Amino acid sequence: MSDAPQDQLDQLVTTAKERLDAHTYETVQWHFHESTGCPFWLEKKTELNFDPLSEIKNYEDLRKFPLFEDDWLRGGPVRRWVPKALEDKPTYVFETGGTTGIPKSRVVMDDFRIDYEMFSETLPDEYFPRGGNWMMLGPSGPRRLRLAVEHLCQHRGGICFCIDLDPRWVVKLIKKGWMEHLEEYKKHCIDQAITILTAGHEIKCLFATPKLLDQLALALEDRGTSLKEIGVTGIFSGGTEFTPQWTRYCVEELFGGPPEKSGIYMTPTYGNTLMGLACSKPVTAADNYKISYHAPQPRAVTEVVEFEDPNTPVAYGDTGRVKLTTLTKELFIPGFLERDEGEREKPFETFPWDGVSGVRPYHVFATSTTVGVY
Amino acid sequence: MLNIPVIRWGEEYDSLDKQEVLHFATGEAIANVSQANGGIIQRDLRKAGKAREILKQFSIEQLIEMVGKAGEFFVDATLPLGDGEQSPQDFIHQQSASTGLPEHMVELGMSKNSFVLNNMDRILDALTRGLPLDILSNGWGKEDRGIPISYQAQTPVLGAVLPSNSPGVHTLWLPVVPLQMGLVLKPGPQEPWTPYRMFAAYEAAGIPREIWCLYPGGIEAGAAVLGACDRAMIFGGTATVNNYKGNPKVQAHGPGFSKILIGDDCVDNWEEYIDLIVESIYVNSGRGCINCSGVWASRHTEEIAAAIAERLGPIEALPPQDPEAGLAAFTIPGMANSIWEMIEADFAEDGVTHCTEPSGARLVEKELCGYLRPIIVHCESPENEIAKKEYMFPFSTVVKCEQDKMLSSIGETLVGTVITNDESLIQQAMNAIHIDRLNIGPIATTKLNWLQPHEGNIIDFLFRNRAFQVPEELLG
Repeated sequence: MSDAPQDQLDQLVTTAKERLDAHTYETVQWHFHESTGCPFWLEKKTELNFDPLSEIKNYEDLRKFPLFEDDWLRGGPVRRWVPKALEDKPTYVFETGGTTGIPKSRVVMDDFRIDYEMFSETLPDEYFPRGGNWMMLGPSGPRRLRLAVEHLCQHRGGICFCIDLDPRWVVKLIKKGWMEHLEEYKKHCIDQAITILTAGHEIKCLFATPKLLDQLALALEDRGTSLKEIGVTGIFSGGTEFTPQWTRYCVEELFGGPPEKSGIYMTPTYGNTLMGLACSKPVTAADNYKISYHAPQPRAVTEVVEFEDPNTPVAYGDTGRVKLTTLTKELFIPGFLERDEGEREKPFETFPWDGVSGVRPYHVFATSTTVGVY
Repeated sequence: MLNIPVIRWGEEYDSLDKQEVLHFATGEAIANVSQANGGIIQRDLRKAGKAREILKQFSIEQLIEMVGKAGEFFVDATLPLGDGEQSPQDFIHQQSASTGLPEHMVELGMSKNSFVLNNMDRILDALTRGLPLDILSNGWGKEDRGIPISYQAQTPVLGAVLPSNSPGVHTLWLPVVPLQMGLVLKPGPQEPWTPYRMFAAYEAAGIPREIWCLYPGGIEAGAAVLGACDRAMIFGGTATVNNYKGNPKVQAHGPGFSKILIGDDCVDNWEEYIDLIVESIYVNSGRGCINCSGVWASRHTEEIAAAIAERLGPIEALPPQDPEAGLAAFTIPGMANSIWEMIEADFAEDGVTHCTEPSGARLVEKELCGYLRPIIVHCESPENEIAKKEYMFPFSTVVKCEQDKMLSSIGETLVGTVITNDESLIQQAMNAIHIDRLNIGPIATTKLNWLQPHEGNIIDFLFRNRAFQVPEELLG
């Protein structure tokens, strides 16, 4: 994964940009054509002061759309989001939020499978062995993640074990200040995981949120064992609280060193129900455990934009709000401002498009947001 | 700029997460402080037992002598701090610059800490009611009357989640090391200075650094300290105190709601008490839990309020270096303004009079900080909302209330000064379980006797006095 010479990298960037522009054009044609589009966008088209079919020719043109409002995803009928061309396909609905009030819903047919199959290609077989069984230590219920991780595991030939975890209850416990209950619920989740992990199921790979991974490793140590001893070699983890310091702590103290020494490889990811998974550039001690995410272009794009002007990207290295665009046949989201901020990162050989590092809650929301749901 | 590491059982740890400590008036960064994540704390605390083992290599008497020396180093020596060093003068500037306290108050706080360290033998003698100290060390011994007695340590370390705004609280954890227990501290974000300087002073006095953990960090670090220590203190607001109510592992220190009650037999002589009332409200910029936030009497309350307002109202916000400065700054942007808006909203209620209004505007906003000048409010009734409030600056209500309703109306009270010679009122005050420290007579709420327990006796918190029996021959 060494850096390519500049001219070679420039070529890769240009090719990726051309691919994104073509993909954008196709996606907009699909979502705004009467024969294929979904009721929501076909209706929205009548409110726009431009014709997406004739005026959106490349990615830059998407700036003509107003910012996507997440409230549009709340409430029904959810079928208004199903593209006409896909209306006969079996459809899932996944939810995000919803501790109080109406959650945001997203319909999905195959996107989660496609996204996670693409992500699978980035996982090193040495640590995520084909045929290895997985444990999903994350939220259950109406969440995309639970099915997506299970599909990832099955796609790689394994069988996935899961636990029950209700993140909405966790948020309520935090808001009520019921810290004893929170601790007990955390223990309940970890106990479920350890029971399975130590029951001879030959689990090699793990999805875990950072907080649960931390607690799992500590609970295993309390029982006189470790992630390494129970045979875990690959960990896929996600969450905005994924900091360089926490990663360093995991590698140095929980795992016992970098992959070549400890035999455990962890890959940080950034994603949500609305996009696929943004992968991280390999995280190393030499780079101070810096974590840079790159979206799965062209299906999703992340930009880092000015706080006051979401149509203007910040300079490389500068801080801004994370803006997401989703461009799949199942979902079109032009310009959605995430609840996160970070620094704009340059393209590199593996992902020749912009990335974002230092992802953390948007400072304006940070004081009022309950972070660390699970 | 100073870089201050996390301390993990005496070892320095340079975290990738850092937080700058800023000068409240200039915004200039004074130090860059490494932040600990929760997992580190939980893992480290598995080795807590070692701290007590190390300290038990010394007798309690030896440790008392060592902390006495540490007290001298704390006040007089230039000591290492992170990648630099710190003179006593540096300490005064730094603590004032980050907490907003005037420098002379920082100096006073230093001397209080030093006093406690230098009088540790008397303090422990008082807190244990004269118990031979080797009983705490050995776990058991014999009383003078020949009966076996046991004090069992409940923890090898004391954890503490410390505040940023009131350096006075550090005296509460100072007796812990002589009791042969280690310290696991999460310093307040703006006040790393005292814990780190104490760490250096203790080491200079010969106490092994391996008994210390210093974990600057966020909420997660605080939760980890409280969760991983068998005994811990936390300082916070009412919500924090309520969260930990009934938890035997956590001693929660919150707002004091300290008060002065004047009995009907004394209230006609109210002018005699104005000095001690003013002192109780104003000392240490009104920041402490022992500062008075309510004066209660059945009559003359308007005159009492006017007299206090006349004394405190004209006090101005002065620069921290000014030896006359009596007010600390609110260093969090917007905080002074928010508090002022809350108080102003309460002025609208019937029966509430703002008595310091004639002395000019109370809110003083600077570019990066704010001040609130003293506020005295008269309340016609205990039912007035503002009568239940406490703020971290010289603020007090003067509440009109019949004597027979006073004790049932005052609510939780950390320090209650009851000025009376009425035996019946004294007895009722003695029985009032919602008053913690009780002063009978004209004693300022801020006047502490260091030989008395404060908000729970630390010996009772750290040790359990339990039944214990051994054969006669072993008892000796």
